[in-house]
Amino acid sequence: MFRIESKVDPSSSQFKENAKTNRSLHAEFKERLEKIKLGGPEKARQRHLERKKLLPRDRVAHLLDPNTPFLEVGAMAAYDMYDNDAPSAGIICGIGRVAGREVMVIANDATVKGGTYYPMTVLKHCRAQEVAETNNLPCVYLVDSGGVFLPLQSGVFPDKDHFGRIFYNEARMSAKRIPQIAVVLGSCTAGGAYLPAMSDECVIVRKQGTIFIGGPPLVKAATGEVVTAEDLGGADVHCRTSGVTDHYAQNDEHALQITRNIVENLIRPPKWDLEMSEPEEPYYDPEELYGVVSPDPRKPFDVREVIARIADGSRFHEFKELYGATLVTGFARIMGYPVGILGNNGVLFAESAQKGAHFVELCTQRKIPLIFLQNISGFIVGRKYEAGGIARDGAKMVHAVANAMLPKFTLVIGGSYGAGNYAMCGRGYFPRLLWMWPNSKICVMGGEQAADVLSQVKIEQLEREGHKLTPAEIEAIRRPVIEKYESESNAYYSGARLWDDGIIGMTDTRQALALGISMSLNAPIPDQQYGVFRM
Amino acid sequence: MASQLFKKILVANRSEIAVRVMRGCKALGIPTVAVYSEADAHSKHRMIADQSVLIGPPSPRESYLNIERIISAARETGCDALHPGYGFLAENPLLPKACKEAGIVFIGPGADAMRLLGNKVESRVKMADAGVPLIPGMKGSSADIAQFEKAAESAGYPVIIKAAAGGGGKGMRIVREESQLADALAAARREAMNAFGDDTVYLEKYLSDPRHIEFQVLADHHGHCVHLFERECSIQRRHQTIIEETPSTALTDELRARMGADAVRVAQAAGYTNAGTVEFLLDKSGKYYFLEMNTRIQVEHPITEMVVGVDLVVEQIKVAAGLPLGDHLKKLSQRGHAIECRIYAEDGENNFMPSIGTIVHYSEPEGPGIRVDSGIMAGMDIGIHYDPIMAKLIVHAPDRSTAIAKMTDALEQYKILGVKTSRRFMIEVLNHPEFVAGRTYTSFIDDHMSARATGSDGHVALAAAVASAVAAAPVKVSSGGSRKSSVSPWESVGAWQIGDTIGE
Repeated sequence: MFRIESKVDPSSSQFKENAKTNRSLHAEFKERLEKIKLGGPEKARQRHLERKKLLPRDRVAHLLDPNTPFLEVGAMAAYDMYDNDAPSAGIICGIGRVAGREVMVIANDATVKGGTYYPMTVLKHCRAQEVAETNNLPCVYLVDSGGVFLPLQSGVFPDKDHFGRIFYNEARMSAKRIPQIAVVLGSCTAGGAYLPAMSDECVIVRKQGTIFIGGPPLVKAATGEVVTAEDLGGADVHCRTSGVTDHYAQNDEHALQITRNIVENLIRPPKWDLEMSEPEEPYYDPEELYGVVSPDPRKPFDVREVIARIADGSRFHEFKELYGATLVTGFARIMGYPVGILGNNGVLFAESAQKGAHFVELCTQRKIPLIFLQNISGFIVGRKYEAGGIARDGAKMVHAVANAMLPKFTLVIGGSYGAGNYAMCGRGYFPRLLWMWPNSKICVMGGEQAADVLSQVKIEQLEREGHKLTPAEIEAIRRPVIEKYESESNAYYSGARLWDDGIIGMTDTRQALALGISMSLNAPIPDQQYGVFRM
Repeated sequence: MASQLFKKILVANRSEIAVRVMRGCKALGIPTVAVYSEADAHSKHRMIADQSVLIGPPSPRESYLNIERIISAARETGCDALHPGYGFLAENPLLPKACKEAGIVFIGPGADAMRLLGNKVESRVKMADAGVPLIPGMKGSSADIAQFEKAAESAGYPVIIKAAAGGGGKGMRIVREESQLADALAAARREAMNAFGDDTVYLEKYLSDPRHIEFQVLADHHGHCVHLFERECSIQRRHQTIIEETPSTALTDELRARMGADAVRVAQAAGYTNAGTVEFLLDKSGKYYFLEMNTRIQVEHPITEMVVGVDLVVEQIKVAAGLPLGDHLKKLSQRGHAIECRIYAEDGENNFMPSIGTIVHYSEPEGPGIRVDSGIMAGMDIGIHYDPIMAKLIVHAPDRSTAIAKMTDALEQYKILGVKTSRRFMIEVLNHPEFVAGRTYTSFIDDHMSARATGSDGHVALAAAVASAVAAAPVKVSSGGSRKSSVSPWESVGAWQIGDTIGE
């Protein structure tokens, strides 16, 4: 494969300016991430430690094989929501390796409102289960939760993707031979009791883990019986009498070691065998991404410069270089894994959309994972293009992407606007994982554009009523729209609402992609089937 | 013609000696059968053989010591002869007896000679009658302590008490004055009982700093017996020799001739046939005493082969087939000097503690006059079930100092990674001024080597770590076809989390 020849000059003022802004965006991201990783308030953490319990991230570290990565999912969940009371939505999810096997870890953070479920918590729990189910990853639930966050019960309890769905998912995955393992490290009350009860195998810590359908206060209210939590649903009750739990642990460390033993004894199905080559660092330093990528989504940059800094050896076998040039397609390797990459170099024209559909077909035929590098303002508009059938050609690409059953990964590296989001495998198109860079934006359209559209509609409406708007009045309509769009399109707003699986740094990209691909190979790649392409 | 000696030979042993014996068989064009235990499924001796038979679980008692199973393996495969190697059943008279009953030729001495020489008390009586010099002491055993006192008195202190059935230092006690005798006697009896199930002990004069000199003999079934000169086996650790050489620096031609004649006399007195070894102790004044006769091929037999130019295993087979000793054995001479180093899986830097593991890298030294008799190969596990000898390194040179230099070079070249060896230790022994001067004796290691600075063989440990990491590189499970394997990012990325790559 040929190496991409970079045309970027690291000593140019544009490069330096980009780098400065991107570095400060990354510093801000890192600071926010570090703060989130602390978990709940200092006092709650202290109390947790005094009970000789490990903090949830330490539990995860004890569980995972030493010196191996942890690919977190949805770290930014609930950011700037609920008065920032629920860092990471009070639950830590991610893919890690236990006894050599990739597993999904779902760990409640009891230092965040007792580990109770906010609306975003339940969404995140379900998303993690979805990733596990799609990629055939055993689930390990580190349970320490008081159940539903009662003040917000309407956003947690009743709907399809709410609390009950968690147990539905457990049952369905167990039926699909995806092991479900629960570790009871704290309370599992009411509905929460089903989490261990529905699992295939579970561990409980003595004088710490409890499982009951109704806790001591409810029992007292209902029957007048006075009983301690330990006597009602502690490890001794459940390991010796009820049989609800299977393994009796002395403390957190012991429980996590037992859990490792459980995973060690699972039968490991063979992973999908993707032909690998020797992994190679990119020829161009990934740190240069800071200077290559424009932090302003309106300013274009060549996506090949990005590919040159994430692909093995900066090598890229480009497909249809001279045709439909606003979409760059081609083959590369990420840490040895073969991938097909689609990246945007402008709006999608009919030719670029057809090229995209063709390339996706190539990859599905060959079962090569797809990576979408989104920096897209949408499809081309105008009379000429509508007459040329841009909707039909756009549909071809959307159809190909939607039906591509192989592992797809999406990374928003700039803007993600309009129908371009669909063609480039937005959240609705089921990428295995979707990440955003700290500089990226996601919105139906740009703020200026939205303000133009909305003010135009208003102007026309008022003109019909005989009013003529002054420039100041027009500005008064435009301003709030721009501001609203600005705030709702940033990566944190998206990450908080789980429109993605997290924000990653530019230099984290190779690791995240390679780990993601490895994870996806736990599930077989099915033979491809398409529907009707509109010709 | 040679192939008519036997149809097929079963080698009732494992590792290097089994390989060595099979080479001898092959030199005569005789097909071979290996026996192996479950622990030896992946072993060199099994691969060299023309056929192999699984004889049982790793425990020697259930495999290499199981006479019934071995005889039936020989029958199943149509063998008409059996070679026992050394160790295991080699000196157990029940094996030649079982062979005889099964109509299989045992390549070794007859059961009667073997039984006689296996009993040290009985054999001493016999040898005294034949006029072979014995260490002053008791002619037989006794239950009476007075007998021991009397014998000690006449031999002169210090004296040593030994177990009649013994070996390997068990049931042995050195007594320096009369007052210690009773206690030592009781302790030796108790130890002998525990080790051999027989508390018969005897007493003899204790020689300080003797040399261990042994003579190789070969006797046929037609009354001929010759010796093939000496081997010196004085360099010992834990009463077991690790470096042997021939000729010995201590023998004059005259002394050599006398000792050789006595060795032949021992064999003949015992009615011995086939290859055997007569052991003597030689004191500083040049007096020598008969110690015992080993009724098997010895570990250190290759040095004799190098210097004398005779293939002892081939001769063993010919004698067993009933051929008389050939003319080439009647005008023997010693040519040059040979040294053997035993390569054990043991830690030469830590009191020779046994070392187990998987051999991750293996390469043998090469060059003129360098011979390796080995039973190992890369990828093999060295376990706990058997004697830890892995190989023997033998060099042959025109003279002793060249042999020492050549052995030093060969040991440097020898690469065994994955288990520890005494390679470095032996290089130091060989180059010790006292060894170079030829002043060797049985406590040489205790006297000269105990003060040596020990430490880890640094670069060897590093090389072993690298080799084992390479060997342990994960092989991807393939869902079809053969594919190039590579390291998973879950291993190569290390302890990474999102955001970790972002600098300050």
